[in-house]
Amino acid sequence: MSKKDLEVIIATDCGSTTTKAILIEKKGDTYRQTFRGEAPTTVEAPFEDVTKGVLNSITEVEELSGRRILDGEKIIIPNDGNTGADIYVSTSSAGGGLQMMVAGAVKAMTGESAQRCALGAGAIVMDVLASNDGRADHEKIERIRQLRPDMMLLSGGTDGGTVTHVVELAQFLKAADPKPRLGASYKLPVIYAGNNKAHEQIKEILGDRTALIVTENLRPTLEKENLMPARHKIHDIFLEHVMQQAPGYPRLMKMVGAPIMPTPAAVGTMTEKFAKANKFNVLAVDIGGATTDVFSVFSGVFNRTVSANLGMSYSISNVMAEAGLANILRWLPFDVEEQDLRNRLKNKMIRPTTIPQTVEDLQIEHSVAREALRLAFDQHKALAVGLKGVQQERSISDAFEQTASGLSLINVMKLDYVIGSGGILAHSPRRTQSMLLMIDSYQPEGVTRMAVDSIFMMPHLGVLAQISEKAALDVFYHDCLVRLGTCLAPKGLGKEGQLIMEWEVKTPEGKKESGQLRFGEIVHVPFDAPKAKLIARPVKGFDMGAGPGNSIEAGIEGGVVGLVLDGRGRPFNLAKTPSRRRDDLNKWYKAMSMYPV
Amino acid sequence: MAHAYTPGLKVIPCTMFRKRRLLPIPGRVMAQLDQQVDALYVVAQTELPGKVFSVNVANRLSVAPEEIKEFMVKSEGQPVKKGEIIAENQPFIKWFKTSVESPVEGTLEAISLVTGQILLREPPKLLPIKAYVKGKVVEVTPNFGVTLESEGTFIQGIFGIGGETNGEIVMAVASPDADLMPEDLSEAHKGKIVVGGRHAGLAAIKRAVELGVNAIVVGGIHDRDLRQLLGYDIGVAVTGTEQVGITLIVTEGFGMIPMAEYTFKLLHSRNGEKASVSGATQIRAGVMRPEIIVPGFPKNVTECKKDQDRGWIEPGDPIRIIREPHFGVIGTVKSLPPELTKIGSESYARVLTVELAGGEVVVVPRANIEVLEK
Repeated sequence: MSKKDLEVIIATDCGSTTTKAILIEKKGDTYRQTFRGEAPTTVEAPFEDVTKGVLNSITEVEELSGRRILDGEKIIIPNDGNTGADIYVSTSSAGGGLQMMVAGAVKAMTGESAQRCALGAGAIVMDVLASNDGRADHEKIERIRQLRPDMMLLSGGTDGGTVTHVVELAQFLKAADPKPRLGASYKLPVIYAGNNKAHEQIKEILGDRTALIVTENLRPTLEKENLMPARHKIHDIFLEHVMQQAPGYPRLMKMVGAPIMPTPAAVGTMTEKFAKANKFNVLAVDIGGATTDVFSVFSGVFNRTVSANLGMSYSISNVMAEAGLANILRWLPFDVEEQDLRNRLKNKMIRPTTIPQTVEDLQIEHSVAREALRLAFDQHKALAVGLKGVQQERSISDAFEQTASGLSLINVMKLDYVIGSGGILAHSPRRTQSMLLMIDSYQPEGVTRMAVDSIFMMPHLGVLAQISEKAALDVFYHDCLVRLGTCLAPKGLGKEGQLIMEWEVKTPEGKKESGQLRFGEIVHVPFDAPKAKLIARPVKGFDMGAGPGNSIEAGIEGGVVGLVLDGRGRPFNLAKTPSRRRDDLNKWYKAMSMYPV
Repeated sequence: MAHAYTPGLKVIPCTMFRKRRLLPIPGRVMAQLDQQVDALYVVAQTELPGKVFSVNVANRLSVAPEEIKEFMVKSEGQPVKKGEIIAENQPFIKWFKTSVESPVEGTLEAISLVTGQILLREPPKLLPIKAYVKGKVVEVTPNFGVTLESEGTFIQGIFGIGGETNGEIVMAVASPDADLMPEDLSEAHKGKIVVGGRHAGLAAIKRAVELGVNAIVVGGIHDRDLRQLLGYDIGVAVTGTEQVGITLIVTEGFGMIPMAEYTFKLLHSRNGEKASVSGATQIRAGVMRPEIIVPGFPKNVTECKKDQDRGWIEPGDPIRIIREPHFGVIGTVKSLPPELTKIGSESYARVLTVELAGGEVVVVPRANIEVLEK
């Protein structure tokens, strides 16, 4: 079917607990998401067939829309007036998603490149092995043996360079005789994307024991990364090996009109398309119960990280362990006993589906969310690194920048757009809560637009973008994003109450707002115009993106929150004395109308 | 009638249940179909491949990797003892002789002429799988293990640490709201499953470890005590492999929460009988809760019901509230209004009304209660 024939699209995302279906229909020249349905995912016992949940979720769409989409257990293709759809597409993260182990010769070079490659393909990286990772050889072998990944990515060495390290890793791998997570009877798929001079030796060592796939080196020279060939192989194996072993997936693969994508890979695709279409630097985050995924596109370079144990329910206790109690307590405008907070968070961990009933409990969850978002962002910044003066097509890093002194690609002053998703951001009782949570966690500088993906539609749209970029972007703009507004945050430090910026916004229709911003305050201006022009005049020592003291003009967006002028300065630090800190928090939360009084 | 699905923890006087006892890798099944086995009977066992150690012979002998074969005393596949010479050079002057000794006992697995390393593997380790519960073998999975069927008292906890163990049940406190104190424990509790009431503090748990108590079952513990006991914070609830010298099962949660009276009475009715317990907990996909299994019927029970999960709640059902502001409180479902209701946090949620013991009625999100299954 040609792309112009697409009128009706049905898409599902098979998550670990819920399968979500959406119906997209062409209305005039624009694609719109019209109905949605959901049903429990049926990968695990007693059903053990993912298609049951898919059909149930589509049945709900049928009931709501009145459109007949299913004929028994088949999707009616193509659409014929009021029945069927022109294409069915799906993503999947059910059954724990795609779990990989990666290896590289040097941890900070090929090890990191391999990690970026696997993460960008939508995988959870269980471990990164390297010749210099500080572990004894027998510990590495034990680790390979303990973990049961879906597949392994082996890299190491530049093309034509020394083969010793990568051969050594292959020998460890052979000695460990690793088993795949699913399907005890099949061999573990291993993708070799290292030094091309070692192909023969690698085949000799691993050819019998593993399902070996050899592809182009992901680091052909020190200055260049070539991640796409290995990423394509990861997707191929995900479909050919991993999906074939998962309950019901062989059937699902026959139902879809385009290859099934791992959910994070689809979200990454959508983030990239959005960034490219608008020439934006974008940060997207999905904070779930167990993990937090961070996606970024800066200067056209895409990066993804997944913080496997930073989440709001299953992993909430790990956020406490990693951030420290003091960092969680610092966001609370009231006193809580350490023992009480510890017990509360552990009780959420063991009963992860409970929800905050009181404002106090909600504020505790918001404090944890800030720390989870911050830590996941720190991890993202550490992996998304680049090199000055190097052509950065897909190659985001090189040898020198991957040292501790390496510069991160993430520059919050140049960040144009932040998209949040996941329950705590998408379903906060007040949208001001979502916006301030993201501002506190990411501390954007200058002008930053913000939005939330209210029903986590980005996976569906990412997989759809493979078929029709227009359909995906139409729905993304009109139905997926809930625009919160724009954050204006001058960079710099001053004295409490000091004037730091004068500002003015004007809509194309002539509506005007203006005011002043003083150091230490937050000003919230309800403003819902989709487009407006901002003139900001920071005082000497404060920067809005054009250098300290220089005025800027920029396009901004209003939204359900509006404008948030953050005068707390950058870098932003909370007061050290508890009473002053609590007073500040209360002042800011009141300015944002964050919580009921 | 209005109903909603809210699974709870199982606390059943007598139920039929099945346990799969499988090896992680193929091995030998030792039990046969229809065989009656005791908890400590080994139903299957396998050999775990030994640890692998590498030795860089090329570096040690100062030769190129491709030359090491000339200096190897042992060849691939040969057994070696710890300290035995595996490679040595042959200099003209004996004084310059260098030998490479094996750091472990095992087998020489591989010699690499690319890296100059050799790999040595320790002997395999025996891994037995015990029956864990007394029961009958109803299915044999060739090369992996068996499925056992049994009937008895089955109680799930909410969280635990430590692995499987067995022992006699001993009630160490008189009521479900009494705290388990160090002085409640004595030498007589060695090797036993000790049941406390509301709370066990760090001192009581440490005392139990000293005395050699096999397991403690208690209403609540403080997270701070757990951290001190383990030496680290549990980040994600995947437990069962902790080595602290005791298995700990928490029935209600973190804090000081009286054990549900029904659970306490049921454990009391099996006082002095042998039980199998496991602290293994896993909250994510494939939920696993800690458990206490006592084979056979309690004295006052004559019928053993099949495990039936009703899957919904109805007015009149006993429930436990599992989140603030009424955390740990037990009550009865009064009504289940179908519409979304605005709760204190301003979220809209499906709720139910609960009648508490004193007659007070409170509104609680349905997500924040747990059915007390019996």
